[in-house]
Amino acid sequence: MTRVQPMSLLIKGGHLIDPAAKINAPMDLLLRDGRVTEVAPPNKIRGSADDSFDAKSLIVAPGFIDLHVHLREPGQAYKETIASGTAAAAAGGFTTVCTMPNTQPVVDTPDWVSWLRQPERGGLVNVFPIAAATRGSKGGTLTDFAALQRAGAVAVTDDGKPILDDDVMRMALRLGAELNFPVVQHAEDTRVTENCSMHAGPSSFRLGLRAMPASAEATIVDRDVTLAQQIPQSRLHIAHLSTSDGLKAVRRGKRAKARVTCEVTPHHFTLIDENVGEYDTNFKMNPPLRSAADREAILVALADGTVDAIATDHAPHARHEKAVEFERAAFGIIGLETALALAITRLHRDHRIPLTRVVELFTSGPARVFDLNGRGSLVRGSFADVTVFDPKRRWMFEARKSRSASQNTPFDGWQFTGRVIATIVGGKMAYRAD
Amino acid sequence: MNTPARGSLLGIEHLDTQEIEGLLKLARRMNPQKPRRLLRGKRVVLLFYEASTRTRTSFEFAAKALGATTTLVQSSGSSIEKGESVIDTGYTLRAVGADCIVMRHPSAGAPHLMAAHLDIPIVNAGDGMHEHPSQALLDAVTILKHKKSLRGLQAAIVGDIFHSRVARSACHLLTRFGVKITLCGPPEFVPEVAATLAPGLRVTRHIEDALRGTDIVMLLRVQKERLAGQKIRVQDYIARYQMTSGRLKLAKQNAIVMHPGPIIRGLELTAEVADGAQSAIVDEVHNGVPTRMAILARALGKAR
Repeated sequence: MTRVQPMSLLIKGGHLIDPAAKINAPMDLLLRDGRVTEVAPPNKIRGSADDSFDAKSLIVAPGFIDLHVHLREPGQAYKETIASGTAAAAAGGFTTVCTMPNTQPVVDTPDWVSWLRQPERGGLVNVFPIAAATRGSKGGTLTDFAALQRAGAVAVTDDGKPILDDDVMRMALRLGAELNFPVVQHAEDTRVTENCSMHAGPSSFRLGLRAMPASAEATIVDRDVTLAQQIPQSRLHIAHLSTSDGLKAVRRGKRAKARVTCEVTPHHFTLIDENVGEYDTNFKMNPPLRSAADREAILVALADGTVDAIATDHAPHARHEKAVEFERAAFGIIGLETALALAITRLHRDHRIPLTRVVELFTSGPARVFDLNGRGSLVRGSFADVTVFDPKRRWMFEARKSRSASQNTPFDGWQFTGRVIATIVGGKMAYRAD
Repeated sequence: MNTPARGSLLGIEHLDTQEIEGLLKLARRMNPQKPRRLLRGKRVVLLFYEASTRTRTSFEFAAKALGATTTLVQSSGSSIEKGESVIDTGYTLRAVGADCIVMRHPSAGAPHLMAAHLDIPIVNAGDGMHEHPSQALLDAVTILKHKKSLRGLQAAIVGDIFHSRVARSACHLLTRFGVKITLCGPPEFVPEVAATLAPGLRVTRHIEDALRGTDIVMLLRVQKERLAGQKIRVQDYIARYQMTSGRLKLAKQNAIVMHPGPIIRGLELTAEVADGAQSAIVDEVHNGVPTRMAILARALGKAR
């Protein structure tokens, strides 16, 4: 039985937090034909809607945007598909996800960008591809940025790998500047992290694991920020920033008015290297969980505005890729369904970061990073992407119930405060909590 | 993941002090010359993903001295070569009737992975750079044959501590009983972070400083190929850290010299030191069998 989706939807009785519009007040919202047509104080919206949603005692926010997900298509559907990954996104309150190009093959042509955006992929939320910055993400020859941008890519990156060569990075930023196209850097000096599987510190020494020093991230961020300062109009976005020194470099760039942005992940503001315990591969990711001091620096940067966005780095892997020796296990964890809960629990409840700031990190913050016009805010005329959540609801996350095709998460069985209640994409219900 | 089966020995770090004491006591009672058939009918698999002479042989002799049957599985010439995972190899060995797996693996934590999936005891015979618990126990047995007690002793561990599972296990065990340990070597081998491994550890770059007044000198093998990638040259290492008869005089008169082997004469120590009166290096190998008898008896619940 198919349920006919209404053409218009009234969301009433909720408390609207729309940081871009500077709204933090009870508001009703009318969505019609995929757009926001009215935002008004309670009971002021006249006329009828085909359907209504009672948001009493709930927060209504612009649809969340995740700048960093791995949906594994094309080529690795055994880990995740666009259909399963976007179902997890919807359950996590995300209405837009930006997909990383390190698939098989690498998304380095306009054809693959178009392919990702086709309705046949079964995306439940908006899928905006990020294309490879170099051919095959091999770090050598730049891809055709202009053609990729025309095909719908929102940025370029070699994520999973850094763009190491100074000249290649310089050329990428120059070309990006001409096209107003962001270059996303996975900041890791792989010349010093070969065969490493966690952060270098007392824990890695105790476990006898080869480890990545914090400086392997910071030196690349530092170089890139310097390049961004030298190249007028270039746009640099640092993915999954995890170290105190990396944040310092970003602050330096921002102070100098360079167009430098950064994202951090929920796991980096929640966990530290010690949590790896006795070789739990669900705590293995790249960048690795860092020191307590790095986590502290991230919390400060989230509060003070240095960080532009929370991004999940959702990285599904099949069970057999994690049930191996720690050093051989795949890097990465899933994160779409736990992101908001971690942000509310850790940032808002435990660290008193205002809810408006938390919402900004999921909405207008990321929208600005990739110029996602019409998204990240609910002013009249915006896309009808809405996330409704209950900041006080307590619940437990169970990995086996995840909508992702994979279950590699360190948060199985965690108790959270804050839960997504409904996710509306283009005016249509994409997820609704039971 | 499940907790390891009773009797497993994955490392010293998380072993109760009482358990360590029990193992040391049992090891001193074990005599390979007087076989006790405590493990009659038991099947012990020696699963070695990495080369080994003394550890493998002594575990095998230990198992046989207790009446167990042993079989050796190595990565070459087995299904491991064909790409079988650690867990699947474990399931297979369990299914053919293994009662205990003694496991050496080049990757840290591999025995923990195995133990999390099998219901039989797993004994770690060395995992990557992590731990080598049977070596630490036999070293403690060796020390206790020369010294009344561990308490109040001073030890110097010299060499490539970063890459050494022997050093990590020794630090965990000896500091538990109040031994004060000085770790000595160049920064490439002894990073400052090494001192965080256990309480009562300190780092020095000067061998004279490490040796002065010490009761135990534990040397580690220095692999030339590891020096190759480092800033320090072999000749420099020898000049600064080689254990010579002259340097040994800085230690207490009755200090003992230990080395987990294999030793490289002329590199980390001179032949005079290796064969000298204070050398306990051959003792260590000798104590390997009774110590491993104790470990296997405990593993299979026959530690009486």
